Amino acid sequence: MAGTIAQSTRSRTGNSSATNRATLESAPVRWTLIGIAALFLGLFLFMPLAVVFISAFSKGISAYFASFREPDALAAIRLTLLAAGIAVPLNLLFGIAAAWAVAKFEFVGKSFLITLIDLPFSVSPVVSGLIYVLLFGLQGLFGKWLQAHDIKIIFAVPGIVLATVFVTFPFVARELIPLIQAQGSDEEEAALTLGASGWQTFLRVTLPNVKWGLLYGVIICNARAMGEFGAVSVVSGHIRGMTNTMPLHIEILYNEYQFVPAFAVASLLAMLALLTLVVKSIVEWKAQQDVVEEDKSWSMEPA
Amino acid sequence: MALILKKRSILPGFGITMGFTISYLCLIVLIPLSATFLRAASVTWPRFWQIVTDPRALASYRITFGASFIAALINLVFGLLVAWVLVRYSFPGRRLVDSLVDLPFALPTAVAGISLTQIYSTHGWMGHYLDMVGIKAAYNPLGVVIALTFIGLPFVVRTVQPVLEDLDKDMEEAAASLGANRWQTIIKVVLPAILPAALTGFTMAFARAIGEYGSVVFISGNMPMRTEITPLLIITKLDQYDYAGATAIAVVMLVFSFVLLLAINLLHKWSSKSQRGESSTKEKEVTIDTSLAPGYVQ
Repeated sequence: MAGTIAQSTRSRTGNSSATNRATLESAPVRWTLIGIAALFLGLFLFMPLAVVFISAFSKGISAYFASFREPDALAAIRLTLLAAGIAVPLNLLFGIAAAWAVAKFEFVGKSFLITLIDLPFSVSPVVSGLIYVLLFGLQGLFGKWLQAHDIKIIFAVPGIVLATVFVTFPFVARELIPLIQAQGSDEEEAALTLGASGWQTFLRVTLPNVKWGLLYGVIICNARAMGEFGAVSVVSGHIRGMTNTMPLHIEILYNEYQFVPAFAVASLLAMLALLTLVVKSIVEWKAQQDVVEEDKSWSMEPA
Repeated sequence: MALILKKRSILPGFGITMGFTISYLCLIVLIPLSATFLRAASVTWPRFWQIVTDPRALASYRITFGASFIAALINLVFGLLVAWVLVRYSFPGRRLVDSLVDLPFALPTAVAGISLTQIYSTHGWMGHYLDMVGIKAAYNPLGVVIALTFIGLPFVVRTVQPVLEDLDKDMEEAAASLGANRWQTIIKVVLPAILPAALTGFTMAFARAIGEYGSVVFISGNMPMRTEITPLLIITKLDQYDYAGATAIAVVMLVFSFVLLLAINLLHKWSSKSQRGESSTKEKEVTIDTSLAPGYVQ
């Protein structure tokens, strides 16, 4: 989202003027504060992350890999990939369409529409699942009709996909809207004037300008899609090997005191989280590069 | 519709993109959400009131809101400290720590849940020491606070950080040259400037914690009246096929989330305005980094 990039392009001047005694604390105070912050982050960030991998390998490497030979574990991984594989492209398509409509045109009710797009973020995951149970469950609004036509949505794969789509709904749109807004429409208008079609303009002008933000939106959307627990838990029915995603499979294993397999599957998701953070850093860095280059080309122009 | 009043633009594609946006939004979000309220409306008012003020429900609000508030307070204090340390000081590993702060946004809640439970159960790394001094963290309200602190950790850091980075040191220098000591300068100059952003972060962390489910269910022990959070109560009611009960409680939660969403939007506006006033030389709009926040308001 623009926020990330705007933040990273801001100069990190923290320490260049740090020699100024009036605005810097004494060294003991400084190191005490750093120490307290490190202790807090160590306790709440590093330790939970470390425990996942240490517990996963606590019975050795072969026990770790044996966890993935379980058919139920494989089925859970497959279902997670399937749900994310449907939810992410759908929300990507929506994100691009919404960003184009919202960022390139002026209309009444625009900020209200943006609030509505953000709405799924403010709903508890459990409630996100519940709303689909109330629609498609046996006692739900369409329950009778679905049963008559032998269509199963709740406690089946379609429900899991729907819940995943809901909780990851705003990610790509939120990322793209501020970016496309910041770009303005001058370049697109120039392209159209020169005879490009709408599609060509979008693919050749708009898309290259926002590619890093788009990539980041997709990655974070995917991370959430694969890791969602609460919403999916409500609609899944927890049928082993059938409607269990990776997070749900972790829950079952953990509750059965199968700690090594539970943490082994968890370690896959933890690696996905770390990968997401790495991509975020790279995208921020790339966006910063782009801005620096733009600044250079600006300063080369005669005043 | 109010949407027809669009300014003329030579760019194509308004109709199709707007049409798709609205239909998809209605299909996935608006219709299911309104169906929930519709469903709740089929319960009579006295019955609704009875469900949502049932002692077990009240106990679940107490633990959910109480633990969320304490966790958000912890995150306010330490978030300010972490943001300060990351922006103002240099130390080895600063970049790494900076990018790791977002971990709670990226790590699936179930993974955080089992990991924190492992740490704070009586045989765990921390639980072992806490047990020696007679504190039981896991399967107690304290465990709920720990999980919610983890979940909300990045919010205050990420809202305050950009504001601190943009803060001109001139003001602090002026305060110092006028005779204020460092402590006075921080209380009277720095703190007022970052207050709106800090409050925004606090409210976001609070709102996120209220709806949280995955990380809490493992560590809380889920004892009714004691450590049963409201989202779990909804699931319990669903498992008992008590759809009316689940819906009524869900509506209470939805109303609270929407109120908090409104509060966050207002705080955000206040925060951007005061920020623009602070540094009029910088025309950059203040945007708060919630990019990694899956459900920054839960």
